Amino acid sequence: MTLTRLAFKSLLSRGFTVGLTVFAIALSVALFLGVEKLRTGARASFADTISSTDLIMGARSGSVQLLLYSVFRIGNATNNVSWESYEDLTGRPEVDWAVPISLGDSHRQFRVMGTTRAYFDRYKYRGGRSLEFAAGGEFADLFDAVVGADVADTLGYAVGDPIVVAHGLASFTEHDDLPFRISGVLEKTGTPVDRTVLVGLGAIEAIHVDWQGGGRKSGPATPAEMLREMDLEPAAITAAMIGVKSRLQVFKLQRAINEYPEEPLLAILPGLALQELWEIVGVAETALTGVSAMVVVTALLGMAAMILSGLNERRREMAILRAVGAGPMTIASLLMTEAMAMAAAGAVLGIALLFGGLLLLRPWLDAAYGLYLPVTGLTPRDLGVLAIVVAAAAAVSLVPAARAYRMSLADGMMIKF
Amino acid sequence: MTPVTSHGTDALRLKSVRFTWPGGRFGLDVNEFSIAAGETVFLYGPSGSGKSTLLSLIAGIASVDAGEVSLQGQVLSGLRAAMRDRIRAERTGVIFQMFNLVPYLTPLENILLPLRFAPERRKRCEDPQAAALTLTRTLSLPDPMVQQAPASTLSVGQQQRVAIARAMIGHPPLIIADEPTSALDSDARADFMHLLFDQVARSGAALLMVSHDRGLAENFDRVVSLSDIARPIRGDTA
Repeated sequence: MTLTRLAFKSLLSRGFTVGLTVFAIALSVALFLGVEKLRTGARASFADTISSTDLIMGARSGSVQLLLYSVFRIGNATNNVSWESYEDLTGRPEVDWAVPISLGDSHRQFRVMGTTRAYFDRYKYRGGRSLEFAAGGEFADLFDAVVGADVADTLGYAVGDPIVVAHGLASFTEHDDLPFRISGVLEKTGTPVDRTVLVGLGAIEAIHVDWQGGGRKSGPATPAEMLREMDLEPAAITAAMIGVKSRLQVFKLQRAINEYPEEPLLAILPGLALQELWEIVGVAETALTGVSAMVVVTALLGMAAMILSGLNERRREMAILRAVGAGPMTIASLLMTEAMAMAAAGAVLGIALLFGGLLLLRPWLDAAYGLYLPVTGLTPRDLGVLAIVVAAAAAVSLVPAARAYRMSLADGMMIKF
Repeated sequence: MTPVTSHGTDALRLKSVRFTWPGGRFGLDVNEFSIAAGETVFLYGPSGSGKSTLLSLIAGIASVDAGEVSLQGQVLSGLRAAMRDRIRAERTGVIFQMFNLVPYLTPLENILLPLRFAPERRKRCEDPQAAALTLTRTLSLPDPMVQQAPASTLSVGQQQRVAIARAMIGHPPLIIADEPTSALDSDARADFMHLLFDQVARSGAALLMVSHDRGLAENFDRVVSLSDIARPIRGDTA
């Protein structure tokens, strides 16, 4: 009868209490690893918001600000980029492609973004995935609009529905004289595109033809037919996504844009700016990890308390072991073995819970939150966590073990009641 | 282990022993007490007379302050606690009043338990399981019960018989029985004593039985009153 077997049988005999303790540890481990998975998943999803774009160009401001309004549609541009500068810079030999974007109008609570058809080919997310249409297709007419999945969902839109774009954000002035028609609805991406109404760059110009400053010009509106005939080259855009021919040229082009003499401009590397932004958001992630680590600690302390409270009723058992020749050290290591066995069982069960939960919840998380959690095998980090849980169990079990040591030293083989 | 052979024939020997529990409230003074190999000794003493203390010293749970305790010639005094634990495992079998068994183990596992701590006793059993079953059969314990039932489901009488088997396995030279019958009714008591004597005779072990019940003293080679061999130390006389 080895000590391990003795510990195992002893645990089995207290099945219910031990089971609860193991389950508590399992839940805490599942929570901790789950938070880890969510954290890395959220970070990856976040970093995957935009990919395959080498540079984002906008008016000079902060890089995080430019990223926020151009990619996340949060906040506003301080300034525009003139169409001349855009043409001039994207005409440089390093540039492979460029997609202009124009922001500033809204539809209900969603932003309207003017862009070109190239956007549907060039905008990539989650490691190179392209936008796909759930229904309909790209804009064919000047007054065609493509809506993101959340827009269609929230407002109940389908292909062919008319929509009216409001001037500015949270505005009561609507471009109701020129309604758009929905030509396509995009698949869910988990990116800000889901919450965007996309229209042609020319359309943004067209609806502003009769506007001056913040208000509508007096007099009759220009009819839509006429607008379709007009040359609607924009005077300015908000930002542009740029791809270079060779990655080596990214920094050269970035410098050229940042030092552009005609206009104060800024070019950012989206990956780098995303990282910068994540560091701001990342404080919450550290807090989350801290909280879930505390849950693990709580579960382990609960286990120590459970062992400790059971010691008195096990005095008899300890005295018997002492009588047949066990030393107080053996008794102490029996208790530690039990603690480590419970922690190990809890950790293994926790992993099972985690993977079971992931497999169940993953499709829903992806669909509802665009949070894509890859189910990978155990990472070295996961295994490290498990090792730490078992080691921590050994550490906290030192308290009851030390108490059992002292008790069995004092009691000896005489059972006292 | 290197046995000191000066008193090699005695299963147990105490000489000029003086011991006080930490705190100094109670202790024991034993001038001279020994049990020869194979001898059965009934040690009579009312409760509170120092029986537990004496047994702790004999078993090496407590270590004497002065004097000498030896088991089959092996001197315990002055040895490290771990060494004394090992000697206890090798050279004694202990039977308590009640609650002798680890409740979550089967009787068989309980019987084999001392062998885990006593490799020499294990060596003496060619096949420990078979040896254990031979013992339990002579103690009229059915095999399925011994092999499968959790110890906690046995009656007190059955538990005490399992305790005999555990004490006897691997033939330790000294069996210590501490009030082993006080939880039994008179029929079971007679049965138990009969079985205990039978087993001790078979293995040739010495028996030290401690009890306050003089009615059990017949059949022992020697009856000793604790007050004749030991003087309790009380209070601050320590």
